[in-house]
Amino acid sequence: MRNIMLVALLAISVQAAQAQNRWFTKEGYVRFYSHTPMEDIEAKNYQVNSLVDFSTGDMAFSMLMKSFQFEKALMEEHFNEKYVESAKFPKATFEGKYVAGTSIDPRKAGEHKVTVQGKLTIHGVTRDVQTTGVFKADGNGTVVGTAVFTVKVADYDIKVPGVVKDNIAESIEISVKTEYKPM
Amino acid sequence: MRKSLIAFILTLLAAWPARAQDLLDLLNATEEEPVEYAFATFKTTRLINGHSVETYSGKELLFLISHRFGRINGGASEFFGLDNATIRLGLEYGITDRLGVGLGRSSFEKLYDGFVKYKVLQQKSGAENFPVTVTLFSSVAIKTLEWPEPERENYFSSRMYYTFQTLIARKFSEGFSLQLSPTLVHRNLVDSLADANDVFALGVGARQKITGSLSVNAEYFYVFPGQISSPLNGETVQNALSIGLDLETGGHVFQLHMTNSRGMIEKLFVTESTGNWLDGDIHFGFNISRVFSLGSSEGKGEKRKGDAPAEAPPSW
Repeated sequence: MRNIMLVALLAISVQAAQAQNRWFTKEGYVRFYSHTPMEDIEAKNYQVNSLVDFSTGDMAFSMLMKSFQFEKALMEEHFNEKYVESAKFPKATFEGKYVAGTSIDPRKAGEHKVTVQGKLTIHGVTRDVQTTGVFKADGNGTVVGTAVFTVKVADYDIKVPGVVKDNIAESIEISVKTEYKPM
Repeated sequence: MRKSLIAFILTLLAAWPARAQDLLDLLNATEEEPVEYAFATFKTTRLINGHSVETYSGKELLFLISHRFGRINGGASEFFGLDNATIRLGLEYGITDRLGVGLGRSSFEKLYDGFVKYKVLQQKSGAENFPVTVTLFSSVAIKTLEWPEPERENYFSSRMYYTFQTLIARKFSEGFSLQLSPTLVHRNLVDSLADANDVFALGVGARQKITGSLSVNAEYFYVFPGQISSPLNGETVQNALSIGLDLETGGHVFQLHMTNSRGMIEKLFVTESTGNWLDGDIHFGFNISRVFSLGSSEGKGEKRKGDAPAEAPPSW
């Protein structure tokens, strides 16, 4: 009987610990950058939602395509209207896992290189992606995650008309920076 | 006792923290529903002849070149109207995302025109709802053609024309948008007592997208009867009907159209269209617009939340 009670208590405490290891942000930053000899195009989103669970290594990102800001208003309009079709596919999401060399204690200051793997959904198309990133904990309740990777426009079924083919790169660089706080 | 404990543990296990997929669900659950503003109701600031509800974004300059040729039924000797072109050159500038101003010069009647346009209400859905976009439009035109009768006393005010419009549009779907344009054209000088100085008309316009970059537009201005009775150059004044294609490429929009109007500003096409579609009095025409960004829209801060990250990721 005592044993069962112990197991139950243990279960509760483990669950509590795990819940505390979920870290969260609503103001994550994602930038994409397209470079061609004709034109450099950059868009920034400062309203990215992200969750990371440091006990399991699970990660999730979600952002509205319409929240990407461009240098030129017309680019933003074309991006939403013609390329990513934001009315039809309002969000981009990522769900996956990170793998670190050693387990990460987000409350202890330190820098951790990780490999992130998972499913990226843009324009209604889901692809497996993999990248490396860094978690940097300041030991004061903030963990900053950063990563840079590239995706191919064609992989996500985004059609670029011939007339602007020279202005939009085939591979887009995506940079991510998120400042997580405990949930 | 034992049973209830097992039940307790089972409950705990069931409530075990979920894995990745549920993490995404959890994220979605925390998101607030955003306000979705309708955008790109029309490709550019013109439907065909008339203005659309669109205003250009702040700090953007639009250069607009428009041509209308002669009548197609002029036949081969007139090269189906192409021998006889009129042009309007225009500049439009977005002071803010909602407030636009413009200037233009038409070769037809040597007209100068200037306008102010303000987007009062925006169609939106989601957390907030509003069914239509409403833009107020006002313009002044000055005819600088020499007086036909220089001997008589001519006033400068007789050269002036004014237009007021309330443009109301709804983007029904990604492809289809409809606009109503109640219009008042005031003419300081008219041909006879039977002609109204204030002409009321109702414009109706629509666009249907064919592909992302191509759309078909149509536009009709109905002049309420009994306001214009004098013929113009021996022809009765008709309601303006135009159909056209919009083709968009990067910063350019090409608009090609067929219309029974010669002019490209309100006083000309609403009150002085004389072509009759059924007789083949159709003018081919086009508008070409090019957008120049004079400032970066990033400084606006209106949409922005939070600042750029203090430090860049390693490989930037």
